[in-house]
Amino acid sequence: MEYLYFPGCTLYTKAKNLDEAGRECAKVLGFELKELSNWTCCGAAFPLAKDNIMALAPPARILARAKEEGGTLTTLCSVCFNVIKRTNRLIRGDEERREKINTFIEMDYQGDVQVLHYLEILKRDVGFDSLKAAVKRDLQGLKVAPFYGCMLLRPFEEMEFDDKEAPTIFEEFLEGITCEPVDFPYKIECCGAFQSVGAPEVAMECAYAILNSALKNGAEAVTTTCPLCQFNIDSMQREIRERYNDFPGIPIIYFTQLLGLALGLPIEKLDFNRNDVDPRPLMKEKGLL
Amino acid sequence: MKIEVSRRKVHNEFAQKVEEISGQNLFACYQCGNCTAGCPVSFAMDLGPHQVIRFCLLGLEEEVLKSNTFWMCASCLQCTSRCPKGLDIARIMEAIRLVILRKKERLDRLEVAELSEEFLERVPQIALISGFRKFSS
Repeated sequence: MEYLYFPGCTLYTKAKNLDEAGRECAKVLGFELKELSNWTCCGAAFPLAKDNIMALAPPARILARAKEEGGTLTTLCSVCFNVIKRTNRLIRGDEERREKINTFIEMDYQGDVQVLHYLEILKRDVGFDSLKAAVKRDLQGLKVAPFYGCMLLRPFEEMEFDDKEAPTIFEEFLEGITCEPVDFPYKIECCGAFQSVGAPEVAMECAYAILNSALKNGAEAVTTTCPLCQFNIDSMQREIRERYNDFPGIPIIYFTQLLGLALGLPIEKLDFNRNDVDPRPLMKEKGLL
Repeated sequence: MKIEVSRRKVHNEFAQKVEEISGQNLFACYQCGNCTAGCPVSFAMDLGPHQVIRFCLLGLEEEVLKSNTFWMCASCLQCTSRCPKGLDIARIMEAIRLVILRKKERLDRLEVAELSEEFLERVPQIALISGFRKFSS
Protein backbone atom coordinates (compact mmCIF):
# COMPACT_ATOMS: atom_id res chain seq x y z
CA MET A 1 0.00 0.00 0.00
CA GLU A 2 1.23 3.45 -0.89
CA TYR A 3 0.25 6.73 0.70
CA LEU A 4 1.02 10.14 -0.69
CA TYR A 5 3.02 11.92 1.99
CA PHE A 6 3.42 15.59 2.83
CA PRO A 7 6.42 16.01 5.16
CA GLY A 8 6.27 19.79 5.73
CA CYS A 9 9.20 22.16 6.30
CA THR A 10 10.22 21.29 9.81
CA LEU A 11 10.38 17.55 9.17
CA TYR A 12 13.07 18.14 6.60
CA THR A 13 15.41 19.77 9.08
CA LYS A 14 14.74 20.23 12.79
CA ALA A 15 12.29 17.33 13.06
CA LYS A 16 14.13 14.75 10.95
CA ASN A 17 13.72 12.37 13.88
CA LEU A 18 9.93 12.53 13.40
CA ASP A 19 10.13 12.09 9.62
CA GLU A 20 12.80 9.43 9.15
CA ALA A 21 11.48 7.08 11.81
CA GLY A 22 8.01 7.45 10.30
CA ARG A 23 9.22 6.46 6.83
CA GLU A 24 11.26 3.53 8.13
CA CYS A 25 8.42 2.18 10.27
CA ALA A 26 6.05 2.38 7.30
CA LYS A 27 8.32 0.01 5.37
CA VAL A 28 8.39 -2.44 8.27
CA LEU A 29 4.60 -2.31 8.54
CA GLY A 30 4.13 -2.90 4.83
CA PHE A 31 3.19 0.49 3.49
CA GLU A 32 5.12 3.23 1.82
CA LEU A 33 5.08 6.97 2.16
CA LYS A 34 5.50 8.40 -1.31
CA GLU A 35 6.51 12.02 -1.09
CA LEU A 36 4.29 14.55 -2.85
CA SER A 37 6.21 16.32 -5.60
CA ASN A 38 6.89 20.05 -5.59
CA TRP A 39 5.39 20.62 -2.18
CA THR A 40 5.64 23.94 -0.36
CA CYS A 41 5.12 25.09 3.20
CA CYS A 42 1.50 24.74 4.31
CA GLY A 43 1.61 28.14 6.00
CA ALA A 44 1.92 26.74 9.53
CA ALA A 45 -1.26 28.50 10.72
CA PHE A 46 -4.80 28.15 9.42
CA PRO A 47 -6.00 31.70 8.74
CA LEU A 48 -8.71 32.61 11.24
CA ALA A 49 -9.76 35.83 9.49
CA LYS A 50 -12.62 35.24 7.09
CA ASP A 51 -11.12 37.55 4.48
CA ASN A 52 -7.60 36.10 4.54
CA ILE A 53 -7.97 34.01 1.42
CA MET A 54 -4.34 34.47 0.38
CA ALA A 55 -3.17 32.27 3.26
CA LEU A 56 -5.30 29.44 1.88
CA ALA A 57 -3.43 29.36 -1.43
CA PRO A 58 -0.41 27.27 -0.29
CA PRO A 59 -2.43 24.48 1.37
CA ALA A 60 -4.91 24.55 -1.55
CA ARG A 61 -2.08 24.12 -4.04
CA ILE A 62 -0.69 21.23 -1.99
CA LEU A 63 -4.12 19.57 -2.02
CA ALA A 64 -4.63 20.14 -5.73
CA ARG A 65 -1.28 18.45 -6.42
CA ALA A 66 -2.23 15.58 -4.13
CA LYS A 67 -5.40 15.15 -6.16
CA GLU A 68 -3.33 14.85 -9.33
CA GLU A 69 -0.95 12.36 -7.75
CA GLY A 70 -3.29 10.14 -5.81
CA GLY A 71 -6.31 11.18 -3.83
CA THR A 72 -5.17 10.92 -0.24
CA LEU A 73 -2.59 12.98 1.59
CA THR A 74 -0.84 11.88 4.77
CA THR A 75 1.04 14.02 7.25
CA LEU A 76 3.03 13.35 10.40
CA CYS A 77 3.04 16.92 11.70
CA SER A 78 -0.08 17.97 13.61
CA VAL A 79 0.07 21.56 12.40
CA CYS A 80 0.32 20.58 8.72
CA PHE A 81 -2.50 18.12 9.32
CA ASN A 82 -4.65 20.86 10.83
CA VAL A 83 -3.96 23.49 8.17
CA ILE A 84 -4.41 21.12 5.23
CA LYS A 85 -7.47 19.35 6.60
CA ARG A 86 -9.25 22.60 7.50
CA THR A 87 -8.43 24.12 4.12
CA ASN A 88 -9.71 21.02 2.38
CA ARG A 89 -13.01 21.21 4.20
CA LEU A 90 -13.35 24.91 3.50
CA ILE A 91 -12.75 24.38 -0.21
CA ARG A 92 -15.31 21.58 -0.28
CA GLY A 93 -18.03 23.56 1.44
CA ASP A 94 -17.54 27.17 0.41
CA GLU A 95 -18.19 27.73 -3.27
CA GLU A 96 -17.36 31.41 -3.32
CA ARG A 97 -13.97 31.04 -1.68
CA ARG A 98 -13.25 27.86 -3.66
CA GLU A 99 -13.62 29.81 -6.89
CA LYS A 100 -11.40 32.62 -5.66
CA ILE A 101 -8.69 30.21 -4.53
CA ASN A 102 -8.83 28.20 -7.76
CA THR A 103 -8.58 31.34 -9.85
CA PHE A 104 -5.55 32.41 -7.87
CA ILE A 105 -3.68 29.10 -7.91
CA GLU A 106 -4.77 28.43 -11.50
CA MET A 107 -5.89 24.93 -10.68
CA ASP A 108 -9.29 23.33 -10.34
CA TYR A 109 -9.65 21.71 -6.97
CA GLN A 110 -12.96 20.71 -5.37
CA GLY A 111 -11.84 19.60 -1.90
CA ASP A 112 -12.10 15.87 -2.48
CA VAL A 113 -8.68 14.65 -1.31
CA GLN A 114 -8.78 12.55 1.85
CA VAL A 115 -6.41 14.06 4.42
CA LEU A 116 -4.95 11.55 6.86
CA HIS A 117 -2.69 11.58 9.85
CA TYR A 118 -0.16 8.76 10.21
CA LEU A 119 -1.88 7.67 13.45
CA GLU A 120 -5.09 7.17 11.49
CA ILE A 121 -3.30 4.85 9.05
CA LEU A 122 -1.98 2.87 11.99
CA LYS A 123 -5.43 2.61 13.52
CA ARG A 124 -7.56 2.16 10.42
CA ASP A 125 -5.38 0.37 7.88
CA VAL A 126 -2.67 -1.38 9.88
CA GLY A 127 -4.76 -1.93 13.00
CA PHE A 128 -3.39 -1.72 16.52
CA ASP A 129 -3.69 -5.50 16.95
CA SER A 130 -1.50 -6.16 13.91
CA LEU A 131 0.84 -3.50 15.22
CA LYS A 132 1.16 -5.42 18.47
CA ALA A 133 1.98 -8.56 16.50
CA ALA A 134 4.78 -6.70 14.69
CA VAL A 135 6.49 -5.59 17.90
CA LYS A 136 10.08 -6.84 18.10
CA ARG A 137 11.28 -4.92 21.13
CA ASP A 138 8.99 -5.19 24.11
CA LEU A 139 8.51 -1.77 25.71
CA GLN A 140 6.55 -3.16 28.63
CA GLY A 141 7.03 -1.09 31.73
CA LEU A 142 7.84 2.10 29.82
CA LYS A 143 5.39 4.68 31.14
CA VAL A 144 4.64 7.21 28.43
CA ALA A 145 2.29 10.19 28.61
CA PRO A 146 0.66 10.93 25.23
CA PHE A 147 0.60 14.66 24.59
CA TYR A 148 -2.06 15.41 21.98
CA GLY A 149 -1.79 19.19 22.05
CA CYS A 150 -4.33 21.22 20.11
CA MET A 151 -3.93 20.80 16.40
CA LEU A 152 -4.83 17.14 16.04
CA LEU A 153 -8.12 17.66 17.82
CA ARG A 154 -9.42 21.18 17.38
CA PRO A 155 -11.73 22.35 16.00
CA PHE A 156 -13.40 19.06 16.69
CA GLU A 157 -16.13 19.45 14.04
CA GLU A 158 -13.55 20.04 11.33
CA MET A 159 -10.76 17.68 12.39
CA GLU A 160 -13.08 14.73 13.07
CA PHE A 161 -10.09 13.02 14.62
CA ASP A 162 -11.09 11.94 18.11
CA ASP A 163 -13.13 13.04 21.13
CA LYS A 164 -12.48 16.71 21.83
CA GLU A 165 -12.03 16.37 25.59
CA ALA A 166 -11.12 12.73 26.12
CA PRO A 167 -9.34 11.36 23.05
CA THR A 168 -7.95 7.82 23.15
CA ILE A 169 -6.21 7.09 19.82
CA PHE A 170 -2.78 7.95 21.19
CA GLU A 171 -3.28 5.67 24.22
CA GLU A 172 -4.47 2.87 21.94
CA PHE A 173 -1.35 3.35 19.84
CA LEU A 174 0.88 3.22 22.92
CA GLU A 175 -0.81 0.03 24.10
CA GLY A 176 -0.33 -1.34 20.58
CA ILE A 177 3.43 -0.89 20.87
CA THR A 178 3.37 -2.37 24.40
CA CYS A 179 4.03 0.89 26.28
CA GLU A 180 2.07 1.78 29.36
CA PRO A 181 0.06 4.93 28.56
CA VAL A 182 -0.11 7.49 31.34
CA ASP A 183 -3.29 9.52 31.51
CA PHE A 184 -2.78 13.10 32.65
CA PRO A 185 -5.10 16.11 32.74
CA TYR A 186 -2.93 18.30 30.53
CA LYS A 187 -2.88 15.97 27.54
CA ILE A 188 -5.07 18.21 25.34
CA GLU A 189 -3.67 21.52 26.59
CA CYS A 190 -1.70 23.95 24.47
CA CYS A 191 2.11 23.81 24.57
CA GLY A 192 2.24 27.58 24.04
CA ALA A 193 2.52 27.15 20.26
CA PHE A 194 4.11 30.12 18.48
CA GLN A 195 4.36 32.00 21.78
CA SER A 196 7.82 30.44 22.03
CA VAL A 197 8.67 33.18 19.53
CA GLY A 198 6.29 35.94 20.70
CA ALA A 199 6.35 35.49 24.49
CA PRO A 200 8.84 32.72 25.35
CA GLU A 201 8.29 33.03 29.10
CA VAL A 202 4.58 32.31 28.59
CA ALA A 203 5.26 29.27 26.41
CA MET A 204 7.75 28.09 29.03
CA GLU A 205 5.06 28.23 31.75
CA CYS A 206 2.66 26.25 29.54
CA ALA A 207 5.32 23.60 29.00
CA TYR A 208 6.15 23.51 32.70
CA ALA A 209 2.50 22.91 33.66
CA ILE A 210 2.18 20.11 31.09
CA LEU A 211 5.38 18.34 32.07
CA ASN A 212 4.70 18.65 35.79
CA SER A 213 1.31 17.11 35.27
CA ALA A 214 2.82 14.21 33.30
CA LEU A 215 5.51 13.66 35.93
CA LYS A 216 3.02 13.75 38.81
CA ASN A 217 1.02 11.04 37.10
CA GLY A 218 4.04 8.81 36.87
CA ALA A 219 5.24 9.37 33.30
CA GLU A 220 8.85 8.52 32.46
CA ALA A 221 8.61 10.08 29.01
CA VAL A 222 6.15 12.17 27.00
CA THR A 223 5.35 11.52 23.36
CA THR A 224 4.22 14.01 20.70
CA THR A 225 3.18 14.14 17.06
CA CYS A 226 4.07 17.78 16.51
CA PRO A 227 7.43 19.51 16.00
CA LEU A 228 6.10 22.68 17.62
CA CYS A 229 4.94 20.82 20.75
CA GLN A 230 8.24 18.96 20.70
CA PHE A 231 10.24 22.19 20.67
CA ASN A 232 8.19 23.79 23.41
CA ILE A 233 8.20 20.89 25.82
CA ASP A 234 11.62 19.45 24.93
CA SER A 235 14.00 22.26 24.03
CA MET A 236 12.34 24.73 26.41
CA GLN A 237 13.25 22.48 29.34
CA ARG A 238 16.52 24.47 29.34
CA GLU A 239 14.58 27.60 30.29
CA ILE A 240 12.38 25.65 32.72
CA ARG A 241 15.42 24.37 34.59
CA GLU A 242 16.83 27.89 34.83
CA ARG A 243 13.59 29.12 36.39
CA TYR A 244 12.66 26.08 38.48
CA ASN A 245 15.85 24.40 39.61
CA ASP A 246 14.04 21.46 41.20
CA PHE A 247 12.55 20.45 37.84
CA PRO A 248 13.86 16.95 37.15
CA GLY A 249 13.47 16.96 33.36
CA ILE A 250 11.74 14.31 31.27
CA PRO A 251 12.53 12.97 27.78
CA ILE A 252 10.13 13.94 24.98
CA ILE A 253 10.03 11.36 22.21
CA TYR A 254 8.24 11.55 18.85
CA PHE A 255 5.65 8.82 18.46
CA THR A 256 7.44 7.55 15.34
CA GLN A 257 10.63 7.10 17.36
CA LEU A 258 8.76 4.99 19.92
CA LEU A 259 7.15 3.06 17.09
CA GLY A 260 10.58 2.43 15.54
CA LEU A 261 11.92 1.31 18.87
CA ALA A 262 9.08 -1.17 19.28
CA LEU A 263 9.41 -2.43 15.72
CA GLY A 264 13.06 -3.20 16.39
CA LEU A 265 14.65 -0.61 14.10
CA PRO A 266 18.37 -0.06 14.70
CA ILE A 267 18.81 2.70 17.28
CA GLU A 268 20.89 4.88 14.93
CA LYS A 269 17.89 5.14 12.58
CA LEU A 270 15.85 6.71 15.37
CA ASP A 271 17.98 9.86 15.70
CA PHE A 272 17.68 10.13 19.48
CA ASN A 273 20.66 12.49 19.38
CA ARG A 274 18.27 15.10 17.91
CA ASN A 275 16.04 15.11 20.99
CA ASP A 276 17.04 17.87 23.38
CA VAL A 277 16.55 15.84 26.53
CA ASP A 278 18.39 12.63 25.67
CA PRO A 279 16.01 9.66 25.96
CA ARG A 280 18.86 7.12 25.81
CA PRO A 281 19.65 7.00 29.54
CA LEU A 282 15.99 6.08 30.17
CA MET A 283 16.12 3.46 27.42
CA LYS A 284 19.27 2.00 28.95
CA GLU A 285 17.66 1.95 32.38
CA LYS A 286 14.74 0.05 30.90
CA GLY A 287 17.06 -2.39 29.20
CA LEU A 288 16.00 -1.26 25.72
CA LEU A 289 19.43 -0.29 24.44
CA MET B 1 -24.76 62.28 36.00
CA LYS B 2 -26.12 61.88 32.54
CA ILE B 3 -25.35 58.57 30.87
CA GLU B 4 -25.97 58.34 27.21
CA VAL B 5 -26.60 54.86 25.95
CA SER B 6 -27.01 54.33 22.26
CA ARG B 7 -26.47 51.38 20.01
CA ARG B 8 -24.44 53.54 17.64
CA LYS B 9 -22.00 54.48 20.37
CA VAL B 10 -21.84 51.01 21.90
CA HIS B 11 -21.69 48.78 18.87
CA ASN B 12 -19.27 51.16 17.19
CA GLU B 13 -17.05 50.94 14.13
CA PHE B 14 -14.36 49.03 16.01
CA ALA B 15 -16.77 46.35 17.25
CA GLN B 16 -18.21 46.01 13.77
CA LYS B 17 -14.76 45.64 12.28
CA VAL B 18 -13.97 42.85 14.75
CA GLU B 19 -17.24 41.15 13.84
CA GLU B 20 -16.59 41.50 10.15
CA ILE B 21 -13.06 40.08 10.20
CA SER B 22 -13.91 37.28 12.63
CA GLY B 23 -17.32 36.45 11.19
CA GLN B 24 -18.60 36.16 14.77
CA ASN B 25 -21.62 37.80 16.39
CA LEU B 26 -20.25 39.37 19.55
CA PHE B 27 -23.76 39.78 20.96
CA ALA B 28 -24.00 36.00 21.28
CA CYS B 29 -21.61 36.13 24.24
CA TYR B 30 -23.41 35.90 27.60
CA GLN B 31 -20.27 36.33 29.69
CA CYS B 32 -20.11 32.86 31.24
CA GLY B 33 -16.32 33.04 31.34
CA ASN B 34 -15.78 29.48 30.12
CA CYS B 35 -13.23 30.74 27.57
CA THR B 36 -11.16 32.46 30.22
CA ALA B 37 -11.43 29.53 32.63
CA GLY B 38 -10.08 27.05 30.10
CA CYS B 39 -7.51 29.32 28.48
CA PRO B 40 -3.99 27.93 29.03
CA VAL B 41 -2.41 31.38 28.79
CA SER B 42 -4.99 33.43 30.70
CA PHE B 43 -2.46 33.70 33.56
CA ALA B 44 -0.44 36.05 31.35
CA MET B 45 -3.40 38.12 30.10
CA ASP B 46 -4.43 41.44 31.60
CA LEU B 47 -8.04 40.92 30.47
CA GLY B 48 -9.75 37.57 30.14
CA PRO B 49 -11.04 36.72 26.64
CA HIS B 50 -14.64 37.13 27.88
CA GLN B 51 -13.82 40.61 29.16
CA VAL B 52 -12.29 41.53 25.81
CA ILE B 53 -15.53 40.55 24.09
CA ARG B 54 -17.55 42.63 26.53
CA PHE B 55 -15.25 45.62 26.07
CA CYS B 56 -15.54 45.27 22.29
CA LEU B 57 -19.31 45.33 22.56
CA LEU B 58 -19.16 48.45 24.70
CA GLY B 59 -17.08 50.09 22.00
CA LEU B 60 -14.08 50.46 24.31
CA GLU B 61 -11.56 50.30 21.49
CA GLU B 62 -8.66 51.88 23.32
CA GLU B 63 -8.98 49.62 26.38
CA VAL B 64 -9.12 46.54 24.20
CA LEU B 65 -6.19 47.50 22.00
CA LYS B 66 -3.92 48.31 24.91
CA SER B 67 -4.57 44.95 26.58
CA ASN B 68 -2.19 42.09 25.84
CA THR B 69 -4.91 39.43 25.67
CA PHE B 70 -5.01 38.92 21.91
CA TRP B 71 -1.19 38.95 21.67
CA MET B 72 -0.99 36.23 24.31
CA CYS B 73 -3.59 34.06 22.56
CA ALA B 74 -1.90 31.00 21.06
CA SER B 75 -4.84 30.08 18.78
CA CYS B 76 -5.12 26.71 20.52
CA LEU B 77 -8.91 26.82 20.12
CA GLN B 78 -9.68 25.54 23.62
CA CYS B 79 -12.07 28.49 24.11
CA THR B 80 -13.64 27.90 20.71
CA SER B 81 -14.10 24.25 21.50
CA ARG B 82 -15.81 24.94 24.83
CA CYS B 83 -17.94 28.05 24.16
CA PRO B 84 -21.55 27.10 24.99
CA LYS B 85 -22.77 29.71 22.51
CA GLY B 86 -20.65 28.38 19.67
CA LEU B 87 -18.56 31.52 19.34
CA ASP B 88 -15.17 31.05 17.73
CA ILE B 89 -13.27 33.17 20.23
CA ALA B 90 -9.90 32.43 18.61
CA ARG B 91 -11.24 34.15 15.49
CA ILE B 92 -12.20 37.18 17.58
CA MET B 93 -8.65 37.39 18.98
CA GLU B 94 -7.24 37.08 15.46
CA ALA B 95 -9.54 39.87 14.28
CA ILE B 96 -8.30 42.22 17.01
CA ARG B 97 -4.68 41.43 16.13
CA LEU B 98 -5.50 42.25 12.52
CA VAL B 99 -7.20 45.54 13.41
CA ILE B 100 -3.75 46.60 14.63
CA LEU B 101 -1.58 44.83 12.05
CA ARG B 102 -3.61 46.16 9.13
CA LYS B 103 -3.16 49.81 10.13
CA LYS B 104 -0.92 51.74 7.79
CA GLU B 105 1.60 52.30 10.58
CA ARG B 106 2.34 48.54 10.52
CA LEU B 107 2.59 48.18 14.28
CA ASP B 108 4.22 44.76 14.25
CA ARG B 109 4.43 42.94 17.54
CA LEU B 110 7.53 41.03 16.54
CA GLU B 111 10.60 41.95 14.50
CA VAL B 112 13.10 39.39 13.21
CA ALA B 113 15.95 41.61 14.40
CA GLU B 114 14.73 41.20 17.99
CA LEU B 115 15.47 37.47 17.95
CA SER B 116 18.98 36.40 18.82
CA GLU B 117 21.00 34.39 16.35
CA GLU B 118 21.33 31.61 18.89
CA PHE B 119 17.55 31.43 19.23
CA LEU B 120 17.02 31.51 15.47
CA GLU B 121 19.40 28.56 15.13
CA ARG B 122 17.45 26.65 17.72
CA VAL B 123 13.82 27.37 16.94
CA PRO B 124 11.98 25.22 14.36
CA GLN B 125 10.57 26.79 11.17
CA ILE B 126 7.06 25.96 12.24
CA ALA B 127 7.35 28.30 15.26
CA LEU B 128 8.88 31.15 13.26
CA ILE B 129 6.40 30.98 10.40
CA SER B 130 3.31 30.74 12.56
CA GLY B 131 4.72 33.35 14.94
CA PHE B 132 5.37 35.90 12.22
CA ARG B 133 2.00 35.22 10.67
CA LYS B 134 0.35 36.08 13.96
CA PHE B 135 2.57 38.95 15.07
CA SER B 136 3.54 40.87 11.95
CA SER B 137 1.80 42.60 9.09
